[in-house]
Amino acid sequence: MNGTDGLLRIKDLVKHFDISGGLLDQLRMEQGRIVRQRTTVKALNRVSLTLPPQETFSVVGESGCGKSTLARTILGLYPPDEGEIYYRGDRIDHLSPKDMLPYRTKMQMIFQDPYASLNPRMTVKKTLEEPVYFHNKAISSAEVKDRVATVMDQVGVDPKWANRYPHEFSGGQRQRISIARALMVDPEFIVADEPVSALDVSIQAQILNLLMDAQEKRGLTYMFITHDLGVVKHISARVAVMYLGTLCELAPTADLFRSPMHPYTRALLSAIPEVGKRKSKHIKLKGEVPTPINLPSGCVFHGRCLYARDRCKAHIPPLREVGKGHFAACFYVDAPAPSG
Amino acid sequence: MGHLLEVKDLEVKFALWFGTLTAIDGISFTLDRKEKLGLVGESGAGKSVTGFAIINLLSKPGYISKGDILFEGQEVTTLSDEALRDLRGKRISMIFQDPMMTLNPVLTIGTQMIETLQAHENISTSEARDLAVEKLRRVYMPSPEKRLGQYPHEFSGGMRQRIVVAIALLANPSLIIADEPTTALDVTIQAGIMDLLTELCETEDMGLILITHDLAVVSQVTERIVVMYAGKIVETGLTDVIINHPGHPYTQGLLKSIPGGFQPGARLNQIPGMMPTLTHIPPGCAFHPRCGLSRSVCERETPALLRTGERDQMIACHILGRG
Amino acid sequence: MKAWRRFKRSYVLYSFKRDPVAIFSFSVLAILSLISVLAPVIAPYNTYDTATFDILDAETPPVWMGGGNEDFLLGTDIQGRDLLSTMIYGLRVSMLIGCGAVLLQAFVGILIGLFSGYVGGKMDAFLMRIADIQFSIPYLIVAIFTSAIFKLAFGVGRYEELAVPLLIIIIGISEWPKYARTVRASVLGEKNKEYVEAARVIGISRWLIMFRHVLPNTMTPVLVISTIQVAEAVMSEAALSFLGLGMPITKPSLGALIRSGFEYIFSGSWWITFFPGVLLVILILVILLLGDWLRDVLNPKLYKG
Repeated sequence: MNGTDGLLRIKDLVKHFDISGGLLDQLRMEQGRIVRQRTTVKALNRVSLTLPPQETFSVVGESGCGKSTLARTILGLYPPDEGEIYYRGDRIDHLSPKDMLPYRTKMQMIFQDPYASLNPRMTVKKTLEEPVYFHNKAISSAEVKDRVATVMDQVGVDPKWANRYPHEFSGGQRQRISIARALMVDPEFIVADEPVSALDVSIQAQILNLLMDAQEKRGLTYMFITHDLGVVKHISARVAVMYLGTLCELAPTADLFRSPMHPYTRALLSAIPEVGKRKSKHIKLKGEVPTPINLPSGCVFHGRCLYARDRCKAHIPPLREVGKGHFAACFYVDAPAPSG
Repeated sequence: MGHLLEVKDLEVKFALWFGTLTAIDGISFTLDRKEKLGLVGESGAGKSVTGFAIINLLSKPGYISKGDILFEGQEVTTLSDEALRDLRGKRISMIFQDPMMTLNPVLTIGTQMIETLQAHENISTSEARDLAVEKLRRVYMPSPEKRLGQYPHEFSGGMRQRIVVAIALLANPSLIIADEPTTALDVTIQAGIMDLLTELCETEDMGLILITHDLAVVSQVTERIVVMYAGKIVETGLTDVIINHPGHPYTQGLLKSIPGGFQPGARLNQIPGMMPTLTHIPPGCAFHPRCGLSRSVCERETPALLRTGERDQMIACHILGRG
Repeated sequence: MKAWRRFKRSYVLYSFKRDPVAIFSFSVLAILSLISVLAPVIAPYNTYDTATFDILDAETPPVWMGGGNEDFLLGTDIQGRDLLSTMIYGLRVSMLIGCGAVLLQAFVGILIGLFSGYVGGKMDAFLMRIADIQFSIPYLIVAIFTSAIFKLAFGVGRYEELAVPLLIIIIGISEWPKYARTVRASVLGEKNKEYVEAARVIGISRWLIMFRHVLPNTMTPVLVISTIQVAEAVMSEAALSFLGLGMPITKPSLGALIRSGFEYIFSGSWWITFFPGVLLVILILVILLLGDWLRDVLNPKLYKG
């Protein structure tokens, strides 16, 4: 158990999804011959990260960048095709469901859609009791009831409403209940997949405050997946920027916003509208976002990058240190902007 | 010269199986050509309903119970179906959040655009085709002639939204109502679409109503803002004024609760509670249960929308407003 | 108690009270069900007991016609049994087989559909191919074979005793693919929802998730097709009996009664076929009408508020 390993460490994680369909769907006519074509979504391409304990680590990117896949692979919902996942130094990828059980109480997840994350046919009470009963076969019903009431209080939902069904609650309240469910097993690590994106602005603030309070009280480590850079700025210690399943840049929050190094990060930051500041010009990226099905060769970003050169087309840039704790995957971070 | 659009004391109700609900309770605002107005509010505030009401697209059980909507001086609420068809798509166009609400997945882009054109004007197919290509070029669609033969699923989300904008432009409308046009798009694509809409307002001499909950987008694009809460307007004024000196407690709370790194790690300012559902609108000022400044008058009387000292700014608040 | 209060305030009850067709169908169905349950009490005669009727009474017309007899309100059939009583017992058998067959179909179909949809992959492909094969075999052929072989193997007497369960099995087995497909479609939609992922993150086993989380959320379409399936099962049984492959004449269902009177229509005893026929049509009609209303009410897209 290496102390510098951090709470969670992933190494060269690869996850591809085969969406070829059945045999008949794969067949194509090509130059007069029937050819079998497989379609693969290359969602994660050699991602490595280390998460220090009791901090909030954010992963940002646009749709198709693989952040949701990353979250689910880390939690064991998808087995990785290649690579390793370590929790406190223990290797946890490819464990059997039985061996994985003890880790399930330590690692939990909160989801984006408050309407789909709760079973519509189960009362709040049943939803919250289930994880407790599952991991503690011998626990008494009085104790469970107590715990449910306590956690509901902590997330700001009146325990008297425990016997209601999800559809009787608003989106914000449902999200609180989802957070309660994650907290019921007393976890150490929570992955939050866009937990506030589907909520109104005034509710977002409430939920973010709730999450920050819970972190303080319980010493939680968060992995926050989001596309909202405002949220990232506010709550994270470190940020990772992803594009097409690849890690582009990794830095402490303040550094990333002050001096973004990777061209994609720069474009992303310039495109995000900020309240009260009229942006004169934002960096326009060429072309459309390519899909993770047909990954470009070499650097995944080279097709839209204003700084791209021949080397970028042929070779994948490794993640290298460009500042203190600041990493970027680009050959030309120090290059001047192109003219015109 | 009158306004392009004038909404006066508009009221919209929904006749549901358990009662009649008021979704919009007397709102008024104006819009001129080349002007970009932001209709801002959280979900349930009634902004989309307002957009639908303007082109009389409300379907049962919703209906306009009171008020006037004057477009280019003409009263819209009393128009016949025939006249409405002339209005919709031709002089007022609407863009929705999901491009697939506009695009038919089984028809090519060309068919849809030509069909739309021929529904409004008496022109030949080849003329319509040329016009369609021209509009696609207007929205910076690469190789527009080839695109006509393609189907919606062959385009990405951002491209589809551009096609939707092109279709909206086909009959040279005077007003575009955009209901959350970029909410479902990635940030880098969003910027492109908003730039496009801004540019088109200027070059095509159109008015734009941008319906959204995203204060950041609104502050970049619009000149004036109308803030809605529970079916009423609580604040209106110039964008710059409202963003920097919000007058109504709700707007103030909203702007303060947006995370933006002012104080990383600190608790965000939050507005307690949530927007009331249409079945449980509190008496008096709809915001009073959540307002830190509320006093007994707020529970009894609904505040009127009155001018503050600032240029063109109006707020509906007993405490912070005048009078 | 709380559930009842919730029901009273619900949209389902509201819609029901406003729909005269639904109220009518439900009432008629309730009455028919009551009659079939209380058959031994209500029916004037127990027509299964051969001692209660006499062949000399055969083909008596209904009471309001010439030659009618007060003892036999709707006349008698070719064996001298009171038609009204026989119809009541026949209704009972028809409904019993209809409901029994659907319960069997649903049980088998739901289990297979649930498993197939959730597990996916090759198992799913395999089970669905079996469903396709099952579907392509007309139940009529199966029924002919089964009842012929059964009668041959165990004799007609034994057949008559076991006719009801046998018919339930034949009709039940032939239709399970419908339930399987319906449930599978729902499961495919539900299994990717976040609450299922949440259950997996907690560590809950695949079987528990299938039965405790996914299954309850697939019940609405099951309910909707069940009414149609009951009507179809009743019709299937009637058809089989009419062809002589279903209920025997000693314990006739409505279909068997219709058959027994068929040859006698033109010789004048039209009532033996007519009245059971009308009753059968009414039964199937009210089930279908109620099913229609149920389908509309449960449709989430039409749900108002």
